[in-house]
Amino acid sequence: MRDSVAPIVEPPIVEIQNVTKAYGSLKAVDDVSLAIPRNAFFALLGPSGCGKTTLLRMLGGFEHTGTGRILIDGEDMAGIQPNRRPVNMVFQSYAVFPHMTVAENIAYGLKVTGVKRAEIGPRVEEAIAMVRLGGMAGRKPDQLSGGQRQRVALARALVKRPKLLLLDEPLSALDKKLREEMQLELVRLQHEVGITFIIVTHDQEEALGMASEIAVMKDGKILQVAPPRQLYEHPTRRFVAEFIGASNSFACEIVAIEGENARVKSPLLGELVVERAAPEVTSGTLIIRPEKVRMDFSSPEPQPGEALIRGTIDQIAYFGDLSIVYLTADDGSRLQCSRYNVSRIARPDPAPGTACTLGLHPEDLLLVGD
Amino acid sequence: MLGRNPIGPLEYTRRLWLRLWLLAVFVFLYAPIVILVVFSFNDSRRNIVWQGFTTDYYVRAAQNASLIEAFGNSLIIAFVSTILSTVIGALLALALWRFRFPGRAGLDGASALPIVIPEICMGVALLVFFNRIGWPTGMPWPLNLAPIIIGHVAFSFPFVAVVVRARMAGFDRSLEEASKDLGASEWQTFWNVTVPFMKPGLIAGSLLAMTLSLDDFVITFFTSGPGTLTFPVQVYSMVRFGATPEVNAASTVLIVVTILLTIIAVRWQRPDKQAAELG
Repeated sequence: MRDSVAPIVEPPIVEIQNVTKAYGSLKAVDDVSLAIPRNAFFALLGPSGCGKTTLLRMLGGFEHTGTGRILIDGEDMAGIQPNRRPVNMVFQSYAVFPHMTVAENIAYGLKVTGVKRAEIGPRVEEAIAMVRLGGMAGRKPDQLSGGQRQRVALARALVKRPKLLLLDEPLSALDKKLREEMQLELVRLQHEVGITFIIVTHDQEEALGMASEIAVMKDGKILQVAPPRQLYEHPTRRFVAEFIGASNSFACEIVAIEGENARVKSPLLGELVVERAAPEVTSGTLIIRPEKVRMDFSSPEPQPGEALIRGTIDQIAYFGDLSIVYLTADDGSRLQCSRYNVSRIARPDPAPGTACTLGLHPEDLLLVGD
Repeated sequence: MLGRNPIGPLEYTRRLWLRLWLLAVFVFLYAPIVILVVFSFNDSRRNIVWQGFTTDYYVRAAQNASLIEAFGNSLIIAFVSTILSTVIGALLALALWRFRFPGRAGLDGASALPIVIPEICMGVALLVFFNRIGWPTGMPWPLNLAPIIIGHVAFSFPFVAVVVRARMAGFDRSLEEASKDLGASEWQTFWNVTVPFMKPGLIAGSLLAMTLSLDDFVITFFTSGPGTLTFPVQVYSMVRFGATPEVNAASTVLIVVTILLTIIAVRWQRPDKQAAELG
């Protein structure tokens, strides 16, 4: 659904305009402007303390917007209490009411807002089915697992049919298997209900795997907003490149700007022409993802156009599906390179201390801003 | 079966010396009560030698008009003062738990004063207070109980506040936020989310307040007007002329009433308590 091109450009569901929020001298949110499209699965991604949760709580109405404005569906939210906003939230602790059953929890939001009794029953049932909690309606939260409690929190929010669902680190308390399951589940739910989801997370894999669009935040500022693939393959800033996935960085000097590309000179790689991540990037660092580095243990045979680096293997981390090889280049800089273990028998990992040659294709290199 | 497994390093309750110690503690705690109850059935005017089983003294206690009046007074006082101190104590606890305001630390400290002030000082203070403001004495029943009730509320509500606050310390504030997020007003949130969580604390606190009120002697003695008797005061005056099994019988009834109330209260709070512990 979200991949289809809308014939008319719909106004965004959320508009954040120049919002700044300071606690003392610390700016938790620093002049943030952001438009979130309708029906997006939008992720706010960043390290802890970057302001992503503050921003989410502003949308929910739990924090005052310092300066600036927040519009939800075109309506200014200034001074509107959380209980009057067309927004519902799934809290990090789930905040499922311990003294109510699953059904009572889900019905709560309808009951307190005066929805008719005859309408509550079917809507609660529908919500229970939607989050696959059939047969659990009469249970108390202490009889549920963490994953089930989260489903209750989800159903309780979705049954209100909000314009916006906010999720505050919803998967952080679950173990890895359950987390992967819930990721798929959340994406399915979002497709099903067609409500805009905004999720806060510090887990880049979570954001990449679920979101249709990701905003990377650092120190209260938004560094880049892009779909997952673009964020990974075209990060505009060094922080984004290093926060999302792993990357190897090389210092370089700009020789000339040539349209979308730049001719750069690097002590390790020599002179090459590389793509610039964005028009405003006119200086910075070269990056390349570890899986795009070609490793060669035999005598170096440069492939056409490749830059070669000689190095020694320091350490190998084996993860089953892939191995990450950590190396030191001849000039002392540290690199990593990942190899998928595509065959069960062939190609054992090389031993530490092995000398090797790395081949880097200029088209896999990118010039990003610092 | 018990000796089968070797005693683990932390299984103190399976060691002989600790069991003996436990036994000694229980004897020390409960022997006097057991003797009181047993001798309430003793067929003798005096409480020293077992003479045979009788329930006569229960009948006599029931026919003792001033004892029954005192018992009734004590129950009324306990009932009213428990309700008042539970409400006031819970509100105080909520204010101290939830809000930051100037003078909060002062209020926090001052509210604990009635717990630490010796009861006798409290009694004298209340006596002087009621005299000073010219509280009318000799009012008809049950208005004559008012000063006692006020006295009891004054020393028992801080206990309720302490218990309720301890309970609220484990409250997840995001429950309140979730309630508001789902469309509830402050008032709805308070009654639907905050109070149910507080309930075990309210019950424990009110039980405490009731027990404090039922058996209070000192403060009651100073605040009761002429002719107003409560159970402990009446028992005291009866014991002065020798402890008869009648006193034992009356005390046993009080013990049974207290135990029953406690069981009811514990039963009532149980299912919620378990759920709340996890939430």
